[in-house]
Amino acid sequence: MTDPVYVTDALIAEDIDAYLEQHQQKSLLRFITCGSVDDGKSTLIGRLLYDSKMIFEDQLAALEADSKRVGTQGQEIDFALLVDGLAAEREQGITIDVAYRFFTTEKRKFIVADTPGHEQYTRNMVTGASTADLAVILIDARKGVLTQTRRHSFLAHLIGIKHIVLAVNKMDLVGYDKTVFDRITLAYRAFASEIGITNFTAIPISGFKGDNITALSDNTPWFKGPALIEHLENVEIGAAADEAKPFRLPVQWVNRPNLDFRGFSGQLASGKVRPGDAVRILPSGKTTTVDRIVTLDGDLDEAVAGQSVTLTLADEVDCSRGDVIAAADNPPEAADQFEATLVWMADEAMIAGRAYWLKLATQSVSATIQQPKYEINVNTLDHLAAKTLELNGIGVVELSTDKPITFEAYGDNRTLGGFILIDKLTNATVAAGMLHFSLRRAQNVHWQATDISRDMRANLKNQRPALLWFTGLSGSGKSTIANLVEKKLHRMNRHSFLLDGDNVRHGLNRDLGFTEADRIENIRRVGEVAKLMSDAGLIVITAFISPFRAEREMVRSMLPEGEFIEVFIDTPLADAERRDVKGLYKKARTGQLKNFTGIDSPYEAPESPEIRIDTTAMTPEEAADLIIDRLLG
Amino acid sequence: MLSSELQTRSLELTHLDRLEAESIHIMREVMADAVKPVMLYSVGKDSAVMLHLARKAFYPSPPPFPLLHVDTTWKFQAMYELRDRMARESGMELLVYQNPEAKERGINPFDHGPLHTDMWKTEGLKQALDLHGFDVAFGGARRDEEKSRAKERIFSFRTATHGWDPKKQRPELWNLYNARKAKGESIRVFPISNWTELDIWQYIARENIPIVPLYFAAPRPTVERDGLLLMVDDDRFPLLPGETPVERSVRFRTLGCYPLTGAVESEASTLSEVIQEMLLTTTSERQGRIIDKDGGDASMEKKKQEGYF
Repeated sequence: MTDPVYVTDALIAEDIDAYLEQHQQKSLLRFITCGSVDDGKSTLIGRLLYDSKMIFEDQLAALEADSKRVGTQGQEIDFALLVDGLAAEREQGITIDVAYRFFTTEKRKFIVADTPGHEQYTRNMVTGASTADLAVILIDARKGVLTQTRRHSFLAHLIGIKHIVLAVNKMDLVGYDKTVFDRITLAYRAFASEIGITNFTAIPISGFKGDNITALSDNTPWFKGPALIEHLENVEIGAAADEAKPFRLPVQWVNRPNLDFRGFSGQLASGKVRPGDAVRILPSGKTTTVDRIVTLDGDLDEAVAGQSVTLTLADEVDCSRGDVIAAADNPPEAADQFEATLVWMADEAMIAGRAYWLKLATQSVSATIQQPKYEINVNTLDHLAAKTLELNGIGVVELSTDKPITFEAYGDNRTLGGFILIDKLTNATVAAGMLHFSLRRAQNVHWQATDISRDMRANLKNQRPALLWFTGLSGSGKSTIANLVEKKLHRMNRHSFLLDGDNVRHGLNRDLGFTEADRIENIRRVGEVAKLMSDAGLIVITAFISPFRAEREMVRSMLPEGEFIEVFIDTPLADAERRDVKGLYKKARTGQLKNFTGIDSPYEAPESPEIRIDTTAMTPEEAADLIIDRLLG
Repeated sequence: MLSSELQTRSLELTHLDRLEAESIHIMREVMADAVKPVMLYSVGKDSAVMLHLARKAFYPSPPPFPLLHVDTTWKFQAMYELRDRMARESGMELLVYQNPEAKERGINPFDHGPLHTDMWKTEGLKQALDLHGFDVAFGGARRDEEKSRAKERIFSFRTATHGWDPKKQRPELWNLYNARKAKGESIRVFPISNWTELDIWQYIARENIPIVPLYFAAPRPTVERDGLLLMVDDDRFPLLPGETPVERSVRFRTLGCYPLTGAVESEASTLSEVIQEMLLTTTSERQGRIIDKDGGDASMEKKKQEGYF
């Protein structure tokens, strides 16, 4: 099959230089194909690669052999086998991840994100769609608009894809019937407008037979076009729209080859910039002008959205990675509390109150998420009450960051509005998010600067503030040893305060239970109180089981470097259970007490505590002396 | 008239512009979290493009990492020459690593088959990364090269033993890369993931990037063996009874160890002619490589799990 939209062999053979010149000017379109296993998605992609001659003879020979062995198309070539990648999934007949395919026509180069259609669908599709300019939504002509069609369309719209193609596939199996195509298009239009998709292009195709893919098919004389490839070649990419927005450059790297040169490297998120333009550095708000746009190929007169450049500035202003250089008269705002949509991507569910790393453009901050306002059912689009988000769950949440970030609404700027969340312990990427807006309380509650500093308060007490954080199993001896430590400190004229787990639950935290989420909130509050007390100059001692590493690390990150001292009271579970001072282990063992640490709830031991107390090797007195030595020594 | 038109025209980025900007963004992003990065440099055309992009990314600074060549001692002579020249021109430090055990045991492609690649390349790479304590290594792999690579992330996570677990790979959204890792873990970063073979050639032409002359056709001494045209690059090539090197006009589509890399008969002696031939050819570029064929269909995936690039 030779087709004019693809590589023109004649020109290549006759005048390669003319061909190359022409092909230097191609643009790039990234799109995603959405559909289930049975919609013929892999077949369509295989067809696009095959027709554009991205398949070579050696690959084709392998394909023909495979088609006969494991193919689903009898003796005919099974194009789907071209794109099903990893060995495991070839045997199972499913694809399990996002794969990227490439093909090129006379006008454009294309990158296709191919995502599978099974239970991991949401996560994979959102990933593939995040870089796409266009989505091809496949429908089986025999089945019409299904639940999954709604899901795909909703996700494409959620991630902000402007161009939707409705590819009504397998037209050969419905006799190329116009009424079938019209009925499906009409049904889709009704649904699409409900979710805010105002514009889409419907095309009747057969990926298997090749109808209306590269050229209009004789089998559908009633369809006036465009064919799929023609549409993909001509759709607006949106580069002009990005350039029309105000200038923003998130700084990635400060380029300092020597004392005379200080450049700021990054990729323009939007707008354009020229030497002499007035710019503002966020978050400091300092203004200056652009001096040069430096590249290896010489200085540029102008740089536009999408380009990676290095700017030098006219004045010596503070600017480093994470800052945003923006148009001086139209800068983005900064805030630390937001409403956002989250797509949860990890097996471990979201934990409200836990701190995650948030990465947005080149900024990395610590962020905590509140319980979702609601979860969205991707099939029905209903809003449901939810306490958490599980894998593939989508919900609207409020989140707060430990310091302000420079941002824009995702709808206005993908780069300054899209973010990922990272688990602080496993380093896994657990969620993708899109900022809607900042919350008013963040805008109106300002940090009040006070004249007396924490150092001044501590100096008055002749001591260095610290937080001795005792952690260990119930019955390990935390409270006993902590009490001894405080008594000894008191005798030494040190100002201290002991926050005890049980006591705090009688007051500050009386509203909290023992679920995982409540235990996290318990620790968060204690951490905040301990921080205030250390600001007041005190040596704070806390005795909480605090079973989760993430929360202990969260408290550590609240305090100045070196002030958080983790004291691991290391008692074997058998010993603690044998002592069972409060009779709690017995209750837990008989099922009267749920979520008891060490029995039916995990204890994550510290990996490198500042102080480890082996209670099988020393008395509480000796332990207290050791801790005081380490604290004051 | 013309000049004012040029001034007001919007700078429409071409596909090569967009690929270049993406690769540069990736390289700079690595510098945010990397403790000790390195660029793997294999001297082929993909490495040539990757090195060129690195020079652009950090200009006027030289790229802030060394080049590492995991050598097998069996590369083409012309590759060693270009390697040394490019290190000089880029102002980067060049580290060459040869697996001492492979050296001692005299492992070679003629007598040891797949063990040659395993010991010199796979083991050699792991040893070199461990020896220097590199936590991030740039590699020039492309997603269009081979089926299992189509799903490879741009940031590919490896365990402390360099293993690759497909289930542990992180989703990559927008242009946000999560480069956080635990002690001992490392990342392979592929900044030219989204380039195709044609993009590479077009970019080499557009940017005038130096490449090994073996990519261009020239008369070279060759023998035909197991369906491949092999070049007799030095006197270590053991000729079988009845074999005499024949001078043929050949060139190479990919470069590796010379006894493992098949040449194609060709008259294409300029870049345009090479691209012309590539566009009109009917076989894939890895077809001339013996390495992909060990172990059948899933061989590349298997190699990757073992720590090969």
